[in-house]
Amino acid sequence: MVELMNKTNNKETVKIIKTPTQLVGETTQAVEKNSVFNTKNFNLWYGDHHALKDINLDIKENDVTAIIGPSGCGKSTYIKALNRMVELVPIVKTNGEINYRGRNILEASYEVEELRTRVGMVFQKPNPFPKSIYDNIAYGPRIHGIKNKKILDEIVEKSLRGAAIWDEVKDRLHQNAYGLSGGQQQRICIARCLAIEPDVILMDEPTSALDPISTLKVEELVQELKDNYSIIIVTHNMQQAARISDKTAFFLNGEVVEFDQTDKIFSTPKDQRTEDYISGRFG
Amino acid sequence: MAARERFDHEIGAIQSELLRLSNLSINALETSFNAFINKDLEKGREIIEQDAVINRLEEEINDRVILVMTRQQPVAKDLRRLVVLLKAAADMERVGDYAVNIAKETIRIGNERFITSVELLEDMCYKTTEMLREVVQAFVDENTSKAKEIAEYDDQIDEMYGNIISHLMRLSAVAPESIAQITYLSFICRYIERCADLATNIAEYLFYLKKGQRYDLNQ
Repeated sequence: MVELMNKTNNKETVKIIKTPTQLVGETTQAVEKNSVFNTKNFNLWYGDHHALKDINLDIKENDVTAIIGPSGCGKSTYIKALNRMVELVPIVKTNGEINYRGRNILEASYEVEELRTRVGMVFQKPNPFPKSIYDNIAYGPRIHGIKNKKILDEIVEKSLRGAAIWDEVKDRLHQNAYGLSGGQQQRICIARCLAIEPDVILMDEPTSALDPISTLKVEELVQELKDNYSIIIVTHNMQQAARISDKTAFFLNGEVVEFDQTDKIFSTPKDQRTEDYISGRFG
Repeated sequence: MAARERFDHEIGAIQSELLRLSNLSINALETSFNAFINKDLEKGREIIEQDAVINRLEEEINDRVILVMTRQQPVAKDLRRLVVLLKAAADMERVGDYAVNIAKETIRIGNERFITSVELLEDMCYKTTEMLREVVQAFVDENTSKAKEIAEYDDQIDEMYGNIISHLMRLSAVAPESIAQITYLSFICRYIERCADLATNIAEYLFYLKKGQRYDLNQ
């Protein structure tokens, strides 16, 4: 072919046109958001097992941050460290820093109760209390000393509306929450979390026990909640991470392999291990 | 077969289909051009009829790509691979359409004597079909340096196109009675030039597949 065309080879650099991802990246970077959780050189051990290694992650407010990775990579351990729930396991040791709104939560003087009021959590399996729907939601505010019936009613309605389940349960607020479907129970748990007006909501595989329609409802809810809350969600469902998150962190063997805009992670990840994982080559 | 293997296997099968489509289209272009040179009107009509096979093959590739996207929900390079297969199939199908267009001009010219030498046009078509063949191979082999090299030949095709069109325009001034044939020849020249542009597109798709960024090789 070269001989055929008899042309001097033009070695000019190939012109690269910017991808939409780059353009999006540039505009979002223009408005720098505040940090909610800034983790610096954080390590965690279960006895001798080094479960989280030198984690550095800066999670911004009003972002949905997805944490993905194969089983045992440390992603659930990491989010349980963010409200210090992980300490309930007696053999846990940690070092490094997890700064919540600028203050290191690992400091001995840090009020764990205060932290857990600011940082709510929703678990994999819906875990309502064996009480009425109303009492499930009013539980947290009552613990915080709210006794006024009118105020409690308002909180219950606001929280259930916020969790997009008010219309489904408003006529049976005093029935046991166990009578609801799994998807409804999970939204009750989200409402219970909203009732204490947290700043951050941690979600540990919140839809893995739900059917597709309930999953979609929870995903839509996450999108609505991000205007007022910062959400950190651990998920095994990569399509879910791609659909709902702004940023994604990929964990592998206790390390953060890559943390970037979700658009970037799912289109042009930097690390081959990320590409292999999201493409289903391992895990 | 594991899910990942099934995915790779299906991609391989779609690539083979693309190669088949490319061969059919490039052969159609070559045959159509030969029919034009030899005034083989019967061959020209065959090319027009056979285009349905090329169109069907492109539709099959589209269906298979959509099915893999639906069932496997690929991301990153896997997704880009399916997108570029879709685009390359569309471009190669277009080469088949240009072969049909050339055949139609051939029929319009009929048995009329050529008013000028078509040697330059012959050279241009030969080089374009070579470009197409090689770029499809480079695409399948994921050989970006080869693809870039081939795309650069497009400048020469453009230059040939410019020369031929200028010549035909001059001719139209001195032989106004042949304006119809001059127009048909200009169209054929244009179709071939477009085919070379499509070869450049295929090279660009390969860059996009490998790097995740769009490249303009047709500057």
